Amino acid sequence: MTSPLQQKIKITGPSVVTANRTSDGIVIYRTAQQGWSANLSDAAIVRTSDEARALLNEANADDVGAIGAYIAPVEIKDGGEIKPGNLREHIRSKGLTIDLLPA
Amino acid sequence: MYAYDELDRTLINERVSEFRDQVKRRLSGELTEDEFKMLRLQNGVYLQLHAYMFRVAIPYGTLSSKQLRRLAHVGRRYDRGYGHFTTRQNIQFNWIKLSDLPDALADLADVGIHAMQTSGNNMRNVTSDQWAGVAPGEVEDPRIWSEILRQHTTLHPEFSFLPRKFKIAITASEHDRAAIKVHDIGLRLHKNADGETGFEVLVGGGLGRTPFIAKAIKPFVHGRDILSYVEAILRVYNQYGRRDNIYKARIKILVHELGIEKFSREVDEEWKQMDGGGLTLDHSVVEEVRSRFSYPAYEKLPHMPDELKQAAADPQFERWRKNSVAPHKVQGYSIVTLSLKPVGGPPGDATADQMDAVADLADKYSFGEIRVGHEQNLALPHVAKRDLPKLWKALDRLGLATPNVNLVTDIIACPGLDYCSLANARSIPIAQELTRRFANHGTAEMIGRLHINISGCINACGHHHVGHIGILGVEKNGEEVYQITIGGRADENAQIGALIGPAVPYAEVADVIEDIVEAYLALRDRPEELFVDTVKRLGVEPFKERVYATR
Ligand code: SF4
Repeated sequence: MTSPLQQKIKITGPSVVTANRTSDGIVIYRTAQQGWSANLSDAAIVRTSDEARALLNEANADDVGAIGAYIAPVEIKDGGEIKPGNLREHIRSKGLTIDLLPA
Repeated sequence: MYAYDELDRTLINERVSEFRDQVKRRLSGELTEDEFKMLRLQNGVYLQLHAYMFRVAIPYGTLSSKQLRRLAHVGRRYDRGYGHFTTRQNIQFNWIKLSDLPDALADLADVGIHAMQTSGNNMRNVTSDQWAGVAPGEVEDPRIWSEILRQHTTLHPEFSFLPRKFKIAITASEHDRAAIKVHDIGLRLHKNADGETGFEVLVGGGLGRTPFIAKAIKPFVHGRDILSYVEAILRVYNQYGRRDNIYKARIKILVHELGIEKFSREVDEEWKQMDGGGLTLDHSVVEEVRSRFSYPAYEKLPHMPDELKQAAADPQFERWRKNSVAPHKVQGYSIVTLSLKPVGGPPGDATADQMDAVADLADKYSFGEIRVGHEQNLALPHVAKRDLPKLWKALDRLGLATPNVNLVTDIIACPGLDYCSLANARSIPIAQELTRRFANHGTAEMIGRLHINISGCINACGHHHVGHIGILGVEKNGEEVYQITIGGRADENAQIGALIGPAVPYAEVADVIEDIVEAYLALRDRPEELFVDTVKRLGVEPFKERVYATR
């Protein structure tokens, strides 16, 4: 089996590394300061596969802080705003799309 | 109700302290996630999109008011004030912190609730008819046998590392409310010509990627032999089940590949060799378990009390009574289903306040007992008919008297992409939109019994294959699209639904379902012909034509 450190990683656009925080499970993003943030706007953006691999390896090394790190696509808007790149990531970042109470 | 004995209480409490220690070691970094994952899963803790999810077992769907209040407490104290009842008589909390989980587990253990058998490749929570013990015409209470199986299989080393998860369901009524034909093993309690209790045994049912209806393997296994026979099946599965390929690991694939005759011969061979294997059940053991179930001291009550006659003048009450109240085996009593499917609400969710209120109503009107059904509704199993009008008013105030049980808005739906990390598409908003489309109860009644089931991925937690109308979310080029099947059913005549055509986009699903229902109304040969029967009579074609002619 290929070690995760050598896994082929190919990204096709701007991406971030995301995971869930170990203590409470909330969605977190790897920052450029080698930490985690609950805000997508703080996430380190990677644009090449090498950068993505490096950021993911760094994230995976923090087993106490985070679970299940992976690379997720994002869109960078004209003003520099970072948006989730697909519906799954949108839901992880913004929360449920539903009303919890009958409406 | 069933009262746990000292052994069970010790087991549950030991689990809490074990898990507390494991969580502590995980949070300090002493355990890696790789090491911890299996331990958390053994305690019902999954990781979902937004948080950890905690799945708690409700064995055979029976809860005391005290237990329901404790579930409400867990929802309120450690979660976001609600819980989700699943298609396997479990409840899930969606927002719980790992650091809070040991306390939540301890609070539940106090009232005899645990999360064992809710996850992992082991024997899962044994499920049963939510009307067990109260349904008229039932052979006997199937929960006695569910409990015997639960005791035997809990933490049993031979069943803790099976090729894949393993689910057993038991019914004792003609009409199957436990969906036994879509379980790994389905047991139907009945009596032989000598009046002895035993089981028809079905094997190899299941949904997911490769759906199968269970096949009959033995028409009658005597009650005293049921543990050894089930164990013989599990041994054959343990030996031959595919551990190399997760998609082929369930027993349904083994039964399919070997063929039921060969599989059955293997099981018989094993069973013969076991020669009871020390598992033959003494009459006294069964009676001991039976004695730990307590039944209410029912009063002698009239079949038609004055309160009910008077309330019949209120059409809203009558609508609810006809829809949600079922006959009880004892005269003067009823079984009341509490719909967790309000128009516009997420199917199967209950708030902590609702749970507390239902617990109070159970104390007042149902001898402190509540049931949880696989259709994601609750039931009060012993309501005196004279109390129905008062109960209805209270339930209505709580939003739990939607008169839609078994109707088009009584939708079974999995959490889907709003919560689930395995999902391809959302389930809940589709259900919510459909309940709004069919919000008029008169229309829903006119349509009649129609089960819609929705799953957000092929794992089929929403049992879409056996919905009269099944909706399966898939992903295509980053978009949510939905495959629609019709003609499935989960009861004693269980059947897998047939696909009507290409998948449709999210925004069109509700329109398509409306088209299907309209086609049915035009095609049924009389108002009593149910949707599934029309599909059976005419096949998929006319529905397909209606849906795709203009698309
Ligand atoms: S069917 Fe799929 S999406 Fe729905 S709860 Fe199960 S695994 Fe999740």
